[in-house]
Amino acid sequence: MTNSIPEFETDTNCFLIMGSNTSEGHPLIASRIMAAKEQRGAKIIVIDPRKTQIAHLADIYLPFRPGTDAAVLNGLMNVIISEGLEDKAFITERTEGYDEMKAAVAPYTPERVEEISTIPADKLRAVARLYAQSKPSAIVYAMGITQHTTGTDNVKSCANLAMLTGNMGVAGGGVNPLRGQNNVQGACDMGGLPNVYPGYQAVTVPEVQKKFQDAWGSTSGTKVGLTVTEMVNAVGDGKLRGLYVMGENPMMADPDLNHAYHCLEQAEFLVVQDIFPTETAQLAHVILPGAAFVEKDGTFTATDRRVQRVRKAVEPPGEARADWEILCQLAKRLGASGFDFASPKEIMAEIAKLTPSYAGISYERLEELGFLHWPCPSPDHPGTPYLHKGKFPRGLGHFHAIEFKEPAELTDEEYPYTLTTGRLMFHFHTGTMTRRSQKLDQEVQQAYVEIHPDDAAKIKLNGNKRVTVASRRGQIELDVRITKRIKPGIVFIPFHFAEAAANALTNAAIDPVAKIPEYKVCAVKIEAVQGVRA
Amino acid sequence: MDYKNTLTTCVYCGAGCQIYVETIDGQITGVWPAKTHIISEGKLCIKGWNVTEFVNSPDRLKTPLIRKEGQFVEASWDEALELIASKLGAIKNESGPDSIGWLASAKCTNEENYLMNKLARAVIGTNNIDHCARL
Repeated sequence: MTNSIPEFETDTNCFLIMGSNTSEGHPLIASRIMAAKEQRGAKIIVIDPRKTQIAHLADIYLPFRPGTDAAVLNGLMNVIISEGLEDKAFITERTEGYDEMKAAVAPYTPERVEEISTIPADKLRAVARLYAQSKPSAIVYAMGITQHTTGTDNVKSCANLAMLTGNMGVAGGGVNPLRGQNNVQGACDMGGLPNVYPGYQAVTVPEVQKKFQDAWGSTSGTKVGLTVTEMVNAVGDGKLRGLYVMGENPMMADPDLNHAYHCLEQAEFLVVQDIFPTETAQLAHVILPGAAFVEKDGTFTATDRRVQRVRKAVEPPGEARADWEILCQLAKRLGASGFDFASPKEIMAEIAKLTPSYAGISYERLEELGFLHWPCPSPDHPGTPYLHKGKFPRGLGHFHAIEFKEPAELTDEEYPYTLTTGRLMFHFHTGTMTRRSQKLDQEVQQAYVEIHPDDAAKIKLNGNKRVTVASRRGQIELDVRITKRIKPGIVFIPFHFAEAAANALTNAAIDPVAKIPEYKVCAVKIEAVQGVRA
Repeated sequence: MDYKNTLTTCVYCGAGCQIYVETIDGQITGVWPAKTHIISEGKLCIKGWNVTEFVNSPDRLKTPLIRKEGQFVEASWDEALELIASKLGAIKNESGPDSIGWLASAKCTNEENYLMNKLARAVIGTNNIDHCARL
């Protein structure tokens, strides 16, 4: 997030929520948005193929065809420019590339966007005016924007829209991805990525390589490594002979699971370090028992770059050990030095030395202050709740000229429905934790597919309650929920349930830059399973 | 009786709510939202209120396991770590550092992710490290 969560309640006047099921995925963030509406009359706009809970509370809710996000965002900018609602001073003083962007959005008239996205032209105009005239306005999104073959373009379009209206570098504005995992921000910050060291220092830059070479005694080359989906494929090809997985479950989280299984079952040597025997662990050669969050010390970084302590309350069960201890012990057995840490506090001290954005973060300061937002470049720095005040890190903010591209797989006669996937309030990601939590699991115990009543009639459900849903990659059988919250022609399946895994169907086509799979759009067919009555 | 409340951070979504985990004699007895915390403000979602329930699941892994002839067999830490180190060392020697991949974790701590990044890059010598940020 460019901005911080409390600003939603205190500063934001208009929320543009796209591709975030905020009240189910991030309930305590949604409550800030609702408080802003109740207490200050802030406006809420929701653009989503499903009428999510927060869409019911929106001032304007627009359903649209999945995967047409870039066209919609270009359309909003087209209206803002043609009606003179752009922030001319911000554009002149703080940005570059405006003319190219302006030319790119010119063809995206509301009428043309209606043809592409199904959003009525007058409603698109109303949203553009509300967003542009309510400053500060915050764009809020989640995987509904990013999990597309055009995910990078979609994110750039969000940044274009925020810069066009001067909503960058102000409290309550910005571009705000809500990250789904408790520490996905921190895992990225700490170099758990194939292209960067901690603090997003690029592996391709020789000076960066030298810095880590000097600090660690040795390091990797300047060639970018493989992403998770590429690694799974490389295991299948035999190019990757060993794979070490810590606290992840690609056998549920990856797209096109049949293919992922085929690859991982051929692994020459697979190590899984986890707290549960996950679907991935079943394929491992060695399983190591790690510790749950209440059994170890450390820090997590929340979606608004807020670094906070994790503290040990109980001992791990049996012989399970804290994951940081396991990694240190393995490194020593591999003959490495530089892993003699007595506690996570000492590890953070090394992180601060090598990571400019964490340089001012220490356990002493976190004890005293409770949290710090990075960038926090020095021990006397108060942290940075919102980014880009006065200046972007690169100097001028760059507008990107973006063209709309269709999703990789469209519906056809054989596969006539568009499948989109997502989360439920009571479950989390691959279900490893929540499905072992009785109070949560009892709320929703099995997978289902949401379909519109018109489609239920078309597939001749005739009172049967189960269907098979099939894509070109796989097939699952599950219950049906008939609901008008989803548009005709579109179906939704939550991806938490191993026995009817939505990701057996999803398309592994990826965004060329971010390498993110297109979970949010693929083509499926649906048939009633006869004899199972509602 | 040893009664404690430990301030820590919820492990579900990225909002980063803080909770007090209540323990009696080393056993978890409850979860309370942190009243003064910037996000929680004394509130939690249904996942947060129940965030420690999975911790005592009977399914928890409690000992290292090594697959032998298709079956998982309990092993000592010494045996498991030695096997991993020798196997990864051999693969690196035969096929080079880029023949090994590492998946870090959006559920683990910053310190643990930093260590895995250091292990992959400094010890093995590969940039093949990623996690589920895209998934």
